[in-house]
Amino acid sequence: MAGIIKKTGDSAKSADGTQTSIVDGRQHLLLLPAWLIIGVLLVIPVLLMLTYSFLVQDFRGGVIWEFSLEAYDQFFFDRGLFGDEPPSIEWTYIGIFWRSFVQALFAMIFCFLIGFPTAYFIATRPQKSRAFWLFLVTIPYWVNLLIRTVSMKFLIRDNGPINTWLLSGGIIDEPIGMINTSFAIQLGLFYSYLPFMVLPIYASIERYNFALSEAAADLYSSRWMTLFKIVIPSVRPGIIAGCILVFIPSLGAFLAPDLLGGAKNFMIGSLVEEQFKGQAGDWPFGAAVSMILLSIIMVILLFYARAQIRQNDGGH
Amino acid sequence: MVNASERIRWYPGFREIALLCLVILYAPLIIVMIYSFNDSPSITVWKGFSFVWYEEVFTGPEAERFKQATVNSLLIAVCAAITSTAIATASALAMIRGRRFRGQAITFGLINLPLMVPEIVTAVATLIFFASIGFDRGILSILLAHIVFCIPFAYLPIAARLQGIANVYEQVARDLYATPGQTFRLILFPMMLPGILSGFLLAFIISLDDFIITNFVKGAGVETLPTAIFGAVKQGIKPNIMAISTLMLVASFLLVTVAYFISRMGDQSK
Repeated sequence: MAGIIKKTGDSAKSADGTQTSIVDGRQHLLLLPAWLIIGVLLVIPVLLMLTYSFLVQDFRGGVIWEFSLEAYDQFFFDRGLFGDEPPSIEWTYIGIFWRSFVQALFAMIFCFLIGFPTAYFIATRPQKSRAFWLFLVTIPYWVNLLIRTVSMKFLIRDNGPINTWLLSGGIIDEPIGMINTSFAIQLGLFYSYLPFMVLPIYASIERYNFALSEAAADLYSSRWMTLFKIVIPSVRPGIIAGCILVFIPSLGAFLAPDLLGGAKNFMIGSLVEEQFKGQAGDWPFGAAVSMILLSIIMVILLFYARAQIRQNDGGH
Repeated sequence: MVNASERIRWYPGFREIALLCLVILYAPLIIVMIYSFNDSPSITVWKGFSFVWYEEVFTGPEAERFKQATVNSLLIAVCAAITSTAIATASALAMIRGRRFRGQAITFGLINLPLMVPEIVTAVATLIFFASIGFDRGILSILLAHIVFCIPFAYLPIAARLQGIANVYEQVARDLYATPGQTFRLILFPMMLPGILSGFLLAFIISLDDFIITNFVKGAGVETLPTAIFGAVKQGIKPNIMAISTLMLVASFLLVTVAYFISRMGDQSK
């Protein structure tokens, strides 16, 4: 009875004046499934992975539950074949990380060089054709990444369509060896994540007030000056989001390096995969490599979040 | 006036780069589609149009393997999409319609965590988790892993839709003595439906797409379509792979188109 009176009394406002909601009192219950699933199946596994990276490899597969820094030591230091020489820096794995880093960086730059003009062009279309353009760019984003990578492999193989056409056209005398090179990985990463760059930049440019560009033009700013001094700084959040969305998956990519790069061009993804699915079978080492990758990415995301917060503060 | 502002917005070469972008995105896919109809066992020499590789997909020696993989993939995708959509809908209601609560930012981070952790790391962590608790690796382990990374993809369109619905409708329903359950069922749910459907479809596609995590947590002998295709590609690209790829391309295209029109329908009814 009291509940009904309260409700009829003041148009669904509770005693403290805030509006009642249909989820009142059930909020935690509604969030419980998400907390449970992601907590048990992602947070705990990542903590377990951290633990595994400090254990000892069991050569019959799996691990021995014994604390050890061996996995990290193996990553950073070379102690000779029998482990009794004075430690020197082990460059193999740092080199793989460095190569992956450079490849991801170039993938990001190429995606930006193509993605920014594309996003800008789409955002300045009339409403109707804009939706169509956006639709065209979005479709490949949802097409199976494996299929897209296989398509690229097919295209650039030694006896693939590109080489066949160039050969039959008499432009080249022997196939260009594109497959199994770092160029192929670069191309694959660029191709895989290009839509990731276009979409957030587009979302930013769509909100950009073009009156600013007109004002700049009225003040005799040249077209390109306006682009670099007004447009790009205004849509920076979209650009940064696009760069992160390309860089992070590129850094840990597995399909492009594995299918296009071949056995010689190892990247982080292949190094990790080999510890679990391949010959190496060193779980603590694989866990340590994954932890190092995850730490690098968390640092990048932390800087991103801080920049976002600073930008929001500056805006008010 | 319109012309002047048009001219100020225009940059030379941007149209060409945008067209180039589309060519880059579509050329490999279209070429594979074309060659999947090639009537030749050597896959790069064009010998005329034929459905021979599609026949091979459905009746050839590998047909049984791919059929089983397809069934597994669809089963996992349907179950993962339904579960993650339900979880995402409940979470979106609590996050957007509920009061502010302590840990709201952390909860938001948690829901989006699967997007932030690189796939290969999630794959490793999940494998270690299943192995250390002695969980049998098979369809169920794949399904559980898929539900996790489908949640943020289902959450985004549902939350966006819910944010776009003014809460006066619920308030009116509550004033007219509807219970919270009735309000949700009769008022909010029908209005949220476009968001829920596109969330479901996106989760479905994402589950169907996944290779890396599935490859890590699947047991020996259990295949989904992507892992089966990967296994076959490792032995060289045969034309039947291109036929399967084309079928998957068409399926993705149809699903995305449906999701697109559902969400547009929702926007117009607002």
